[in-house]
Amino acid sequence: MTESSNICSQTCLENQSIKTSEIDSQFKYELVKLSGSENFLKCFQCGTCTSDCPIARYSDNYRPRTLIRMATLGLKNRVLNNDTLWLCAACFKCSDRCPQGIEVASVIRVFRNLAIDTGCIPQVFKDQIGAIFDSGYAYKIPESRIKKRETQNLPPLPKCNTENLYRLLKNTKMFKKIQLYGEVPNGLKQ
Amino acid sequence: MASSNNYLFFLGCAIPYRVSSYEVSSRKILAYFGIEIVEMPEFNCCGLPLDAIDHEVMLLLAAKNLAHAEQQGSNILTLCTGCAGTLKKVNKLLKEDNTLRQHVNEHLKEVNLEFKGTTETKHLLQFLKENIGIDKIKAAVTKPLTNLTVAEHTGCHLLRPKQFNNFDDPENPQILKMLINATGATCLEYVDETECCGAPSAGINDKFALQLARDKLDHIKAVQAQALITICPFCHIMYDTNEMRIAKLYNETYDIPILHYPQLLGLALGLKPDELAFNDLKVDPKKLLEQIINP
Repeated sequence: MTESSNICSQTCLENQSIKTSEIDSQFKYELVKLSGSENFLKCFQCGTCTSDCPIARYSDNYRPRTLIRMATLGLKNRVLNNDTLWLCAACFKCSDRCPQGIEVASVIRVFRNLAIDTGCIPQVFKDQIGAIFDSGYAYKIPESRIKKRETQNLPPLPKCNTENLYRLLKNTKMFKKIQLYGEVPNGLKQ
Repeated sequence: MASSNNYLFFLGCAIPYRVSSYEVSSRKILAYFGIEIVEMPEFNCCGLPLDAIDHEVMLLLAAKNLAHAEQQGSNILTLCTGCAGTLKKVNKLLKEDNTLRQHVNEHLKEVNLEFKGTTETKHLLQFLKENIGIDKIKAAVTKPLTNLTVAEHTGCHLLRPKQFNNFDDPENPQILKMLINATGATCLEYVDETECCGAPSAGINDKFALQLARDKLDHIKAVQAQALITICPFCHIMYDTNEMRIAKLYNETYDIPILHYPQLLGLALGLKPDELAFNDLKVDPKKLLEQIINP
């Protein structure tokens, strides 16, 4: 499973048979309490989400229907320690077209939010967290770009008070888990 | 609600990072119609990229921006469909859910802000249609692009999820087509018009991202579109920056310039390509411009 550059240490378990010992019967009750996955148990496995998914068209492994079925069965570890979670392009077709009104893309987002407990998140998100705490912007905007703005008669970029950002986010789960993501962003080294 | 003519310009992160041609051309056409642009007093990322990591962080980042706009008594005008989708969504969620609003406001108190729900966010596309008007745009065209046939790509985040989109049909979007037709150009129909550009997969699986972009380029090539018109920095990067790479990778030829809608409109308004940052485009628009200027 190399489709998402091996984010998790665990390899894909989808093709291995299920053992009763890996079932977490409480997982689905955890999920129905979370914003975004409240009604995921209504899924009747029609597969509209997967057939409309642009990523599933190319990926051999990413199947939103399968992820939802695994969650219903209580296969928490298989769902959360799963590289394919990070392949969703968030185009929201699955959410708009689900005949049961499940916001499928939001269910996948809930899985990702739970998966950050492991610290296994793609590098691109780590970079964005770092950039946001450093500057307020999701990317490190190069000096050359800032200079070019002058030659294009563009006004200076709006500034971000990063101390305020720190105060705003200091009680969030992401902030508490940040040590897990590897290097602490410069903006947080204080 | 803030006075309808009072808008803060929300640039987002991707445009200053990589797509200044979109900003240059947008500011030019807004100025042409006498729209006064006010910069954000304070800014942070809209929150969208971190929704995947922590939904609460996304809510707080978006709510902070909305609260800044409220403090100014202004609405928000964005060029990025990601920012527009996120700010519209969070605005609606917080207005309708008292518990969630109270929770977010507890956090915002830390930075002396409060979300009240008194601002509105519009993407440029919606702003052009509702605040300027298609008829007024059509009437302002001095150089109609009648010999030009193009394709449109509205992208995902402005249209979906549908409960947060109050102005266009997510399954059959029409507004960008109407705006293109207003310039005198013809807008073609093609297969999978509402398909994702692939940008959110870049950095996680570049192969899938490029395959999605390739599909779009194949489909617009099949109908012989002379250009693809975008309204989002991410979609633009996917097609413009990657077109040559995709052509090489899959042994194809495209030579289809990717224009920001304001660049197309700007030409029809009689503005010069230099003023509209055409020289920033990666796919050379020279042939297209020659054809427009000397038909």
